[in-house]
Amino acid sequence: MYDFEFERPATVADAVAALRTEGAQVLAGGQTIIPTMKNRLAQPVKLVSVGGIADMSGVSVGDGCLTVGAATCHADVAAAAAGAYPALASLAANIGDPAVRNRGTIGGSIANDDPASCYPAAVLASGADIITDRRRLAADDFFLGMFETALEEGELILEVSFPIPDAASYQKFEQPASRFALVGAFVARSGGLVRVAITGASDSGVFRWREAEAALSDDFSRSSLNGLALSPEGMISDIHGTPEYRAHLAGVLTARAVEAA
Amino acid sequence: MPKDFGIGASTKRREDARFLTGNGQYTDDINIHGQAYAHFLRSQVAHGKISAVNVEAAAAMPGVIRIFTGADFEGVGGLPCGWQVTDRHGEPMKEPGHPVLAQGKVRHVGDPIAAVVAESAAEARDAAEAIEVEIEELPAVIDMKAAVEGGPLVHDDIGSNLCYDWGFIEDNRDEVDAAIRDAHHVTTLELTNNRLVPNAMEPRVAVGDYNAANDESTLYTTSQNPHVIRLLMGAFVLAVPEHKLRVVAPDVGGGFGSKIFHYAEEAFCTLAARQLRRAVKWTASRSEAFVTDAHGRDHVTRIELALDDGGHFVAIRTSTLANLGAYLSTFAPSIPTWLHGTLMAGNYRTPLIYVNVRAVFTNTVPVDAYRGAGRPEATFQLERVIDKAARELGIDPIEIRRRNFIAAEDFPYATPVALEYDTGNYHATMDRLEEIADLQGFEARAETSQAKGKLRGLGVNCYIEACGIAPSNLVGQLGARAGLYESATVRVNATGSVTVMTGSHSHGQGHETTFPQVVADMLGIEEGQVNILHGDTANTPMGMGTYGSRSIAVGGAAMVRATEKIISKAKKIAAHLMEASAEDIEFSEGAFKVAGTDKQVAWGDVCLAAYVPHNYPLAELEPGLEETAFYDPANFTFPAGAYACEVELDPETGKVDVCSFAAADDFGNIINPMIVDGQVHGGIAQGVGQALLENAVYDSDGQLLSGSYMDYAMPRADDVPSFTVDHSCQTPCTHNPLGVKGCGEAGAIGSPPAVVNAVVDALSRGGYEVAHIDMPLSPSRVWQAMNA
Repeated sequence: MYDFEFERPATVADAVAALRTEGAQVLAGGQTIIPTMKNRLAQPVKLVSVGGIADMSGVSVGDGCLTVGAATCHADVAAAAAGAYPALASLAANIGDPAVRNRGTIGGSIANDDPASCYPAAVLASGADIITDRRRLAADDFFLGMFETALEEGELILEVSFPIPDAASYQKFEQPASRFALVGAFVARSGGLVRVAITGASDSGVFRWREAEAALSDDFSRSSLNGLALSPEGMISDIHGTPEYRAHLAGVLTARAVEAA
Repeated sequence: MPKDFGIGASTKRREDARFLTGNGQYTDDINIHGQAYAHFLRSQVAHGKISAVNVEAAAAMPGVIRIFTGADFEGVGGLPCGWQVTDRHGEPMKEPGHPVLAQGKVRHVGDPIAAVVAESAAEARDAAEAIEVEIEELPAVIDMKAAVEGGPLVHDDIGSNLCYDWGFIEDNRDEVDAAIRDAHHVTTLELTNNRLVPNAMEPRVAVGDYNAANDESTLYTTSQNPHVIRLLMGAFVLAVPEHKLRVVAPDVGGGFGSKIFHYAEEAFCTLAARQLRRAVKWTASRSEAFVTDAHGRDHVTRIELALDDGGHFVAIRTSTLANLGAYLSTFAPSIPTWLHGTLMAGNYRTPLIYVNVRAVFTNTVPVDAYRGAGRPEATFQLERVIDKAARELGIDPIEIRRRNFIAAEDFPYATPVALEYDTGNYHATMDRLEEIADLQGFEARAETSQAKGKLRGLGVNCYIEACGIAPSNLVGQLGARAGLYESATVRVNATGSVTVMTGSHSHGQGHETTFPQVVADMLGIEEGQVNILHGDTANTPMGMGTYGSRSIAVGGAAMVRATEKIISKAKKIAAHLMEASAEDIEFSEGAFKVAGTDKQVAWGDVCLAAYVPHNYPLAELEPGLEETAFYDPANFTFPAGAYACEVELDPETGKVDVCSFAAADDFGNIINPMIVDGQVHGGIAQGVGQALLENAVYDSDGQLLSGSYMDYAMPRADDVPSFTVDHSCQTPCTHNPLGVKGCGEAGAIGSPPAVVNAVVDALSRGGYEVAHIDMPLSPSRVWQAMNA
């Protein structure tokens, strides 16, 4: 690990100020940035920890929404969302291992936007809003590609607000080594509208499967997916799966999510 | 009634108290006053010519003591190879040099180019990054077939990438060819035995120390065999004689073979400490371990099994490409040959066998022994081709095996591949397996799975292994450059407690518990009165260490021989004390008795007399009670067993779950059944790992794609079921004093074919005619096979 400066502000304002330093980076749970730094693959000038900002942690429910502070760890989401939004709680409960779940945060996960991470699927399928120190972003505008979001330099995610769907399920097929999502499908139905988000599969990161959404909005049943298939084009190819396999899995997992929702 | 003491008792592992409470003393726990730290600059490319290494800027970095490059090792020996294989034309194998630090060329990602020694590990690493290396990248050769068909040369000086072309037994070749040509039926299978990264829990560490006052070097290292390292490093690399070199392998956190070998970092730290006159420490990162610890397996094989019209095996012919990686690791040449070809008879009466192995250099990490070492490769191909033959001929897979078993009355049995099995009873282990695996109930379980939309499959196979390695005169003829005896010194202390110094080394096997069980049983004293010392060349007799399931069969035998000498001498002392003849002394339950009388003296009295010899036959007998024995086995031992695996396969995703795994093993006599259970559990977990999860994958440029746990899938607790293991079938080894055979590798040898046979069975039951899938049977591979 290379040398770096470290700040641990107590307020959002101080954090935002600290992030104005060029080369500064947010430290939330550190589940990606710390191992990357230990391998000397990242060299931030400064880390600004948000762990000391009380306002950024916690889960609240109101007005049909479940709002998660950006620095809330997965284990806390798993516990606090279990009643109001069980599909989200279950997703959080199956990220990584207990150590990861007690350090890693939702803000860190979606800001990093690993194409195989779970949270982006929930955020996108739920049509959640991402509230930062400077604006409110719709999920559809937030995820731009692999490891790429709409966040600007120094912009800090404060919370994520999930409209609670009538029914939802997340189905993850684990990559055997990392146990990240080889493919994950999040299906959320609110009234007659269904959103389907697929993670792990695409070279462009998490995406909505619009054809499946249309079919499921007409008839929310597994059979309405019959005959629908994603194209392998643009899917990830690696030692754990071909594009064809990922496209196939996305279909299977979506169907299972519909059944389980 | 299970025993609660001595041989056969499930004594709890005494070493666990320190391991589980964080009090183990591993090599990285050793810190010597004033020590410096080494960091190795390693090649990022698989193959290249080193044009320049400029260390000037790096040498001026804070904390840097000295930077070493290949030039500093020009007068130093290379890492030696401990086995010379002779090819099918009678020529010795090609043996290219293996420098401590790369000279002229780099040959795999991870090859060390330079080493920085600095005041701190971080400063050493900083400086290593500042070294300017110019490498003219050369095309890499990764694929073995390409390597032997005129690909780029890994070692220019040997003119090809072929280390040897081995035929076994070469004189049988024509007869085997004829038998296969004329056979009623021939089943052919082409398969890959996947490359594995050993992944011991403790990464490798070396601490070199030097005492200028007496010109003595000490190396603390993560080794399975400190005496072997002392011999290889002292005699062949650094020219330091044994009496000036001590090698200590303290607590070692797993080896699985990867810590047998002599590695460059050990020699480097020892030499650097001598030159710098201060201790030098190196601790591998996990990332380094992936590209420097010798890998395992990596064979591509074509096997043909010829059968007669009664389903009897007539002949076997195999052709294998074996990857050696970029350099010859210490025992690499022996693994695909003598530890592989000799096992091709398996548990069966196949009269004609011919094995061809071409061993190949590639721009990859060296490949050497890994739990099982050659025997899993033999077992996998044999048990897979038998399964395929059974399917082709419509014979039940258990029945075809039984039809070809070597029968209990056939032992000792000489195979056509040079081994003589001393004992075994393969029908009995298969009988036992059928019971413990509840094979009768399989069809009902398959129906339950089907109701859930899953395909259930059953895989059964047998294995045999040659353990208790090895008779020195035999392996000498086969090219070993070492003897493979073992040693023990039994030191009885004045008040009757016992210290055993063994040349074996425990790195997870539980010797500190099991060895005392044997000695305590023989002497009739409490196990707690016996301790073992191991892992330090300064206080143990020269021994060859632990691998090849040899510790109890060879090291234990040496300990028994030494203890027998103790008893013999103690009887003489007792006879003197009781004024009787030594021939009349009987020793049992810790007391020496004069036969036919009520006269007796206790163990403790005899021990005290030996060290306080006031009343002692000094004219005939030396005082003291300490004996050493070296034991060289007369033969290998032959553990064998039958395994059954049940899997459930999700046809939608290709995911395989192992539902149950049963192992019926014949290990001969057993010292500690609980520890044997644990060894089998661990072995099966590793075998399931190889079958379903683990795979070291290189891209065509020689970059290791599975270079971390993000991509290299280790088996975890939820990947395996609770195992059903049974070792009640016991045909004791006939040629060692304990009748033991060894159990450390069995699980890893026997389990991969069971898993693959089960998956092929599940697919077949689901209507998918898939003849074979190469390991690891990952979900994507299974799905692809189903949708091919």
